[in-house]
Amino acid sequence: MTAAVVRETPAVAVEWTAACPYRCLEPERGVVALVGGVPVAVFRVHDGRVYALDNIDPFCGASVLARGIVGTRGDAPTVASPMHKHVFDLRTGRCLDDPEVVLRTYPVRLRDGLVEVGGLLQVGGLVEVSGQG
Amino acid sequence: MSIDSSPPTRVVVVGNGMVGHRFVESLRARDEDGRHEVVVLAEERRPAYDRVRLSEWFDGTDLSLADLPGVEVRLGEPARALDLAARVVSTSDGEYRYDTLVLATGSYPFVPPVPGRDLAGCFTYRTVDDLAALAGYAAGRGTGIVVGGGLLGLEAANALHRLGVATHVVEFAPRLMPAQVDDAGGAMLRRHIEDLGLTVHTGRTASRITGTGEVSQVVFEDGGVLHADVVVFAAGVRPRDDLARAAGLTLGARGGVRVDEACRTSDPHVYAIGECAEIGGRVYGLVAPGYAMAEVVADRLLGGTATFPGGDTSTKLKLLGVDVASFGETAGPLDVTFTDPATRVYAKLVLSDDARTLLGGVLVGDASAYPTLRACLGGPLPGPPLSLLAPAGAGDPSGTGGLSGTAQICSCNAVTKDTIVAAIHDGCADVAAVKACTRAGTTCGSCVPLVKQLLAESGVAMPKALCEHFDASRRELFDIIRVRGIRTFSELVAAHGQGRGCDICKPVVASILASTGGGYILDGEQGALQDTNDHLLANIQRNGTYSVVPRIPGGEITPEKLITIGEVARDFRLYTKITGAQRIDLLGARVEQLPQIWRRLVDAGFESGHAYGKAVRTVKSCVGTTWCRYGVQDSVGLAIALELRYRGLRSPHKIKAAVSGCARECAEARSKDFGIIATDAGWNLYLGGNGGFRPRHAELFASDLDTESLVRYVDRFLMYYIRTADRLQRTAGWIEAMDGGLEHVRAVIVDDALGLAGELDAAMAEHVGSYVDEWRSTLDDPDRLGRFVSFVNAPDVPDPSIAFEVERGQPVPAGAGRQPVMLGVPR
Repeated sequence: MTAAVVRETPAVAVEWTAACPYRCLEPERGVVALVGGVPVAVFRVHDGRVYALDNIDPFCGASVLARGIVGTRGDAPTVASPMHKHVFDLRTGRCLDDPEVVLRTYPVRLRDGLVEVGGLLQVGGLVEVSGQG
Repeated sequence: MSIDSSPPTRVVVVGNGMVGHRFVESLRARDEDGRHEVVVLAEERRPAYDRVRLSEWFDGTDLSLADLPGVEVRLGEPARALDLAARVVSTSDGEYRYDTLVLATGSYPFVPPVPGRDLAGCFTYRTVDDLAALAGYAAGRGTGIVVGGGLLGLEAANALHRLGVATHVVEFAPRLMPAQVDDAGGAMLRRHIEDLGLTVHTGRTASRITGTGEVSQVVFEDGGVLHADVVVFAAGVRPRDDLARAAGLTLGARGGVRVDEACRTSDPHVYAIGECAEIGGRVYGLVAPGYAMAEVVADRLLGGTATFPGGDTSTKLKLLGVDVASFGETAGPLDVTFTDPATRVYAKLVLSDDARTLLGGVLVGDASAYPTLRACLGGPLPGPPLSLLAPAGAGDPSGTGGLSGTAQICSCNAVTKDTIVAAIHDGCADVAAVKACTRAGTTCGSCVPLVKQLLAESGVAMPKALCEHFDASRRELFDIIRVRGIRTFSELVAAHGQGRGCDICKPVVASILASTGGGYILDGEQGALQDTNDHLLANIQRNGTYSVVPRIPGGEITPEKLITIGEVARDFRLYTKITGAQRIDLLGARVEQLPQIWRRLVDAGFESGHAYGKAVRTVKSCVGTTWCRYGVQDSVGLAIALELRYRGLRSPHKIKAAVSGCARECAEARSKDFGIIATDAGWNLYLGGNGGFRPRHAELFASDLDTESLVRYVDRFLMYYIRTADRLQRTAGWIEAMDGGLEHVRAVIVDDALGLAGELDAAMAEHVGSYVDEWRSTLDDPDRLGRFVSFVNAPDVPDPSIAFEVERGQPVPAGAGRQPVMLGVPR
C-alpha cells in the first residue's frame, strides 16, 4: 500500500486511537477496534477507503457489525449485519432497509501506515481514507 | 380556510411524539411546493423518539426518530395556553400564531388515587426520563410492585425484573392484559411470566401505599400487605386534553378532543390526532390509528379529502420474551381454540356463525401466524382453522393467494394487498422498494414475510436475477464460472455483473467457487465472500458468540470422544445441547476461543461438522443390524460411509440425510434431502424431504438398490442439485420447480438422458479426493488464525458486551429472550 490520500473531516477535539496497520485490513472485510472503550467496526472497501462506525447492530444489540459482508447498494458502500442482514451505508451509518436507524460514524486517518479512529468527542464525521489498496 | 394563497401557511404542531412526528414527516414529504411552514412545540427536551420501543432504552438502543429538515422544533417548550379567536398558542417563551393547529399531545399515565402515591419510590412508565429515574432508584433494591397488568405494566415489570428487583404484577381485572386477550390466553401468559420468576396477582387492587418518606409497603383492598421498595404505576393512560379543554374545544364524554372523520375539532382551524383525540366515540392508545390520523390531516392540509378509515387495534408484541398477539374481536359467535400446555402455546380464532369469516383472534406463546391471520380479518380464512393455529402450520406461507385485494397486509400503515401488488407492478422489485413506496413493513415489520410472498407470487417482480449485482440466476452463474474457469469474485463481477456485491451474491459465488475448484474456502479473495459463519467456521448466535459442532459421523461416538467434548465444554464454560442430527452443539464461544477449542477437538480426532455451512450436514442413523433385533441392513455403517464421503460438500442450501435399518424408519429418513431405508434385498432411496419451516416427505426414487448403485445415484443427485438449484432452494423445492419433477431427475441420474452422468460422477470423485478438514487447515496456518480476535487493537480483551447467566446449571446469554420488542403503544 502506498501514498494513501487522507481527507479528514474538520473535527472538534478528536482523540485518535490506533486500530491496526492498514495492511492488516483484509479488503472488503471489517475488524473491531476499541475506541475509548467503545467497539467500533472498521472496514476497508474495494477501492481502499476505510470507514468506521458503531459495531453494535441496533436491531439485535449484539456487537457484530464488523463481521458482516461488505459490498455495495447502488453507489453506496455497505455492510450487511451478520445477524439479520440489515444493510448500512458505510459513509453515513444509515440503515438502508430502515432509514430511521442511523449508526454513529467515526473519522479515520492514516498515520505511518497505521489506521487511527477518531474518538467520541466528534460526532457524525464522514470518514474518508482514499488510496491505493 | 384558503390553502392556495401565495404566502405559506403556518402550521403549529403541539406535541413531538410519534404521531406528531409522523404528521410532520408526511406533510414535509408531500408538500412539494413548500406551502406550509411548520413549528413543533415539544414538552420533552429530547428529540422525537420511538415510544413503542421505549423499553429498549435499557439496552442502550438509540430510539431517535428521523430528523426533519426545515422544521422548527422547540424542544422543552410545552404549549401553555391556546387562544382560538386570535389563533395563537403560547408557551413560557413566546407566542406562536398559526393558520392551522395540530394537537398531538398524546396521553399521560393514569395514577390511581391511592394514598401514598407521591412517596419517593413511586414511578410512572411513559417517557425516557421516567425510565432513567426508575433505573436510578430501583437498581439494587429488593422488591418492586407494578400496578397494572396490561401491556404497559408487563413492560414495566420486565424492566424491574431486568434491574434485578424481585417483581410483583398487580392487576385489578381477573386476568393479565384484559384489553387484549381472553381468560385462557391470560392464563397462558401468566404461566409464561411466572416461569420467569415474577409473581402475578390478578383480581387485586392496591388501596394504600405506606412508608416514611419513601415507599415501604403496599396494602391491598383485601387486607393483604406486600413489602415494596419501589412501585410503578402502569395502569393505563388518559388523553392529554387540558389545553383543548381550557381553550373551550369540545371534548369526548370520557375525555379526548372530539374530532370528526377528517380529525377536525370543533374549531375548523384546529385538528387533533393520536392518543389525545376522540374519534368515532373512541380514544385509541395504539400507534397505528394515530399514524392513520396523521396521514388524514396531512392530506387535508394539501387539499385532499381523506377520512379516518377506522382504527386497527391489532397488536403483536413480545412481553418478557413471550409472543402475544390479538386482532379484531376476542370473543364472538364461534371460537376455535388450540392449547398446548407443554409448549405453553394458546391460540384462538373468532369466527362468524357460519364459520367462514374471521372476526378476530388471540395468540399467546407463538405469534407466527399473526401476519397471515390479521390480513384475513373480515374475510374468508385461507385454510382450515386448526391448520392455521397449530404452530407447525402457522408459518406455512401458502396464504396470500387466499387473501382478498382489500385485505390489510400492513396494519400499522393501513396498506392493502392491492396497494402492494400495484406497487410491485409499478416496478418495486424487492422488500426495500415496497417499503419505500408504500410504507408497508416500516413500523413493526410483522408483515414483511407476507410482502416477500407477494413479491414471490407476482411473476414480474421476481426475475431470475440473483440481486442487483447479477442479472443471472445462481444456476447460470454456476455454468459461467464452471465453463469459463473463473476463480475470483472480482473477475466474475467485472465481466458479468456490476457493483461490488452484497450479502446475497457473495456467499452464492463463494459456494460455487468451492464446488468448482475446491481448496480452502477462506484463501485470498474468497474470505471476503463468506458469511460470518463460514468466515469463522462456526455458527453465530444471538449475542454475537458462536457455536461449535464437531462431526460425529452417523451419530456414533466413543466414550473417549464424549469425554473430550465434555471436558472442552466444561473448560471453556460452553452450553451443551444434543442436536436433532445426532451430534452435540457447544454454544457460547467467543471468537478468540474458537481456535483454542478446536485445537483440543482436532487433537482428539474430531473434524469440522460444517454446521456453519450451506453444505452436507449429517447422515443420521438407527443402530441397524448390529444391535437391533428388527434390523435388516447395517444402517450405521452405511451412514458413516456416506457422511465421510460427502463431508464438506458445499451446496445451495444445507443437505441432511439419514439411513434406517428397516422399514420401522427410526432414523426418520423420509424427512431428509436423501433418505435410505433398508430392505431385505438392499436399499430404498428416497429424495427431496425436509423438516423445518415447511415439512416434506421424501419420495421413493429407486428400490432394492445394491450399495454401489445407491452411492452412484446419490452422487449424481447431489451434484446435479448443486449445479442447477437456485439460491437457498432445498432439494424438495428444486424437484418441484423442475419440468417433469422427480421423473426428470430419474431420467438424468438413472438413464443419463442429458449425457451428464460422467461429468457428475467426475465432479463428485474430485470432491471426495480433495477433501481436507477446514479446522485442521486453519489451525496449521498462523496467518489463518489472525481473524479470531474480538478487538484488533486489544487482542487479549474479551468482548465485554457478552455476558452470561446460569440457567438449569448451564451458561446462557444474559437476558436472552427477555428483551421486549413492543410493537403497540402502551395504553
